Amino acid sequence: MKVLVAVKRVIDYNVKIRVKPDHSDVDLTNVKMAMNPFCEIAVEEAVRLKEKGVATEVVAVTVGPKAAQEQLRTALALGADRAIHVETDEPVESLAVAKLLEGVVNEEKPDLVVLGKQAIDTDNNQTGQMLAALTGMGQGTFASEVVIEAGEIRVTREIDGGHQTVALKLPAVVTTDLRLNEPRYAKLPDIMKAKKKPLENRTPEALGVTLPAGLKRLKVETPAERKGGVKVGSVDELVDKLKNEAKVL
Amino acid sequence: MSILVLAEHHDGQLSDGTAHVVAAAMAIGGDVDVLVAGENVQGVAEAAATLEGVARVRLADAAVFAHQLAEPLGDLLVNLASDYTHVLAAASTSGKNVLPRLAALRGVNQISEILEVVSTDIFKRPIYAGNAIATVQSEDALKVITVRTTAFDAVSRTGSAPVESVEGQVTNETSRFVDEVLAQNDRPELGGARIVVSGGRGMGNGENFRLLEGLADKLGAAVGASRAAVDAGFVPNDMQVGQTGKIVAPDLYIAVGISGAIQHLAGMKDSKVIVAINKDDEAPIFQIADYGLVGDLFEILPALEQKL
Repeated sequence: MKVLVAVKRVIDYNVKIRVKPDHSDVDLTNVKMAMNPFCEIAVEEAVRLKEKGVATEVVAVTVGPKAAQEQLRTALALGADRAIHVETDEPVESLAVAKLLEGVVNEEKPDLVVLGKQAIDTDNNQTGQMLAALTGMGQGTFASEVVIEAGEIRVTREIDGGHQTVALKLPAVVTTDLRLNEPRYAKLPDIMKAKKKPLENRTPEALGVTLPAGLKRLKVETPAERKGGVKVGSVDELVDKLKNEAKVL
Repeated sequence: MSILVLAEHHDGQLSDGTAHVVAAAMAIGGDVDVLVAGENVQGVAEAAATLEGVARVRLADAAVFAHQLAEPLGDLLVNLASDYTHVLAAASTSGKNVLPRLAALRGVNQISEILEVVSTDIFKRPIYAGNAIATVQSEDALKVITVRTTAFDAVSRTGSAPVESVEGQVTNETSRFVDEVLAQNDRPELGGARIVVSGGRGMGNGENFRLLEGLADKLGAAVGASRAAVDAGFVPNDMQVGQTGKIVAPDLYIAVGISGAIQHLAGMKDSKVIVAINKDDEAPIFQIADYGLVGDLFEILPALEQKL
C-alpha cells in the first residue's frame, strides 16, 4: 500500500519568536526553520509501516515556497521514497492546504495519508480533518497507535481524559499525536542518499485548485509579559502567600 | 446573528466546557442554539437547556451519533449550518476533531481556539503556542470557531430553553467505534485541572515523581512534566506540558526542578499563579514565577506536602 505523508516547514521549536515591530506578523528573517515536530512523527510512522512490510511506498508532500524543499529532503533522508513539492509563494492556511492535498490525493491515490495533528506556527489543528472531509475518507486524529489489518486501520486516539479506538475503512487519514512514536534522526549517509531521490514539482494550477482566501490577519501582538514575582525564603512563607495573597489554596 | 453551539458530553453528562462556549457565543451576540448529538442523550439536552442565554436546544438522538464520531457529526453540522452565521465548539479533542470537517465541507476557514471576541467577525487567537496573539477577521459567510474554554467565564445554569428534535438523515460508512478508555485515577486530567504540579529534569529519575504525586493528591492536582523529563525517560510523553505537549492554564502551576526552557514556558505561562522550586537561583523559570523558592526539592517537597 501507498502512504502519503504531509510535512510543513515551520520555525524551529527551540527558537524564541519575535513579533515584527509593525505587528503584521512574526519575524521569520534569518530564523532557523525545521520540519514541524508532529510532521516528523508522521514521517516516522510512515517509514515504520514500510519497514514492517505494510507499506510499499512512502511519498512525502509539502505545500510552500521553494525553501520548503529542505523539509522534503529531510523526509527523504528519514526514509520516504519520493517527494512532491506543491510550490506556492502565497500564504496558505489549512483550507487551502487541504484543497491542494486533495489534488495530490486524486493524483496519487494513496491508501493512507498521515499528517501531523497541528503545526507549531499557526496551531490550527485543521488540515487533516479538512482533507478527510474533502476526500470522503474516514479520519483518525491525534493518533497514539496505528494498526492496519484486514483492509481497515485501527487508530487509537488521544482524547481528553483518555483514549479512544476507531476502525476506519481504507483509504483513511491519520493525524499524529506525541505518543505515536519517537522519530529517528537522519544519518549522514541517508542525508546524502536523499539528495538523489526523486522530487517532483506541482503548482496549484496543475492540481486544478483555486486557492481560497484565508483569514485576514489584522494584527500580531506579543502577549502581556508576565512580571517576575518574588522569591520566598521558606516553605511556610510560600504556603502563607498562596493562601492569603494569591488565594489559590 | 444566529449561533449554533455544539455541546460536548461524556457518559450522559454535559461537559463543563459547553457553558464556556455558550459564553463566547453570547459575546458574539444574537440567538444562541445548542446542538446535542449522541445516542440516548435526552438528559444531556435537558442539562444544556438550563444554560443561561440559550434560545433552544436541538437534539439529534440516534445510533449513528453514538460516541460522537467526526464523520457523521460533521455531516449533521453541515445539514444544520445553513440556519446559522456562526458555529462554535470547545477547542477540546472532540471539538477539534469535528469542526474542521464542517468548515471544509462548507468551503470556509476555521478560526481555532479563540481567546477573545472583538466583534462578530474579528477574534483573537494564540499562535506559536501562545507566544503571539493574532487578531484575525473572517470574511466567510459562515464562521466556524473553536473556543479556548478557559478564556471565557461559564454562563450560569439558570435558564430553561425548549428542546426540539432534529432529524439526522446521516449515515456513516467510513468509521466505526471500537472502544474507549478514560483514565481511572482520581487525579484530574492535565488539560482541565485547577492545579498542576510538574516536574523537570531536576527530579533526577522517574521514581522521584512519587514525591510530586503525593503533593498532587493533597492538592487535588494533576501531574505534568517538562520535555526534558520526558526525553530523559522519567515519565511518559502524555504528561508533557509545553509547546509540543499539553497547553495548560490552571489557577496554580507548581514547577519543580524545571529550569524554564521556552518550550515549556509556552505550555504553562498563562497559568494564573506560578510557583517555581529550583536549586539554581538563576533558572529562567524564576523570571516568570510569581513565587520562587530556591532550594533542594527533595527537602522542600516533603515539607510542603506536610504543611498543606
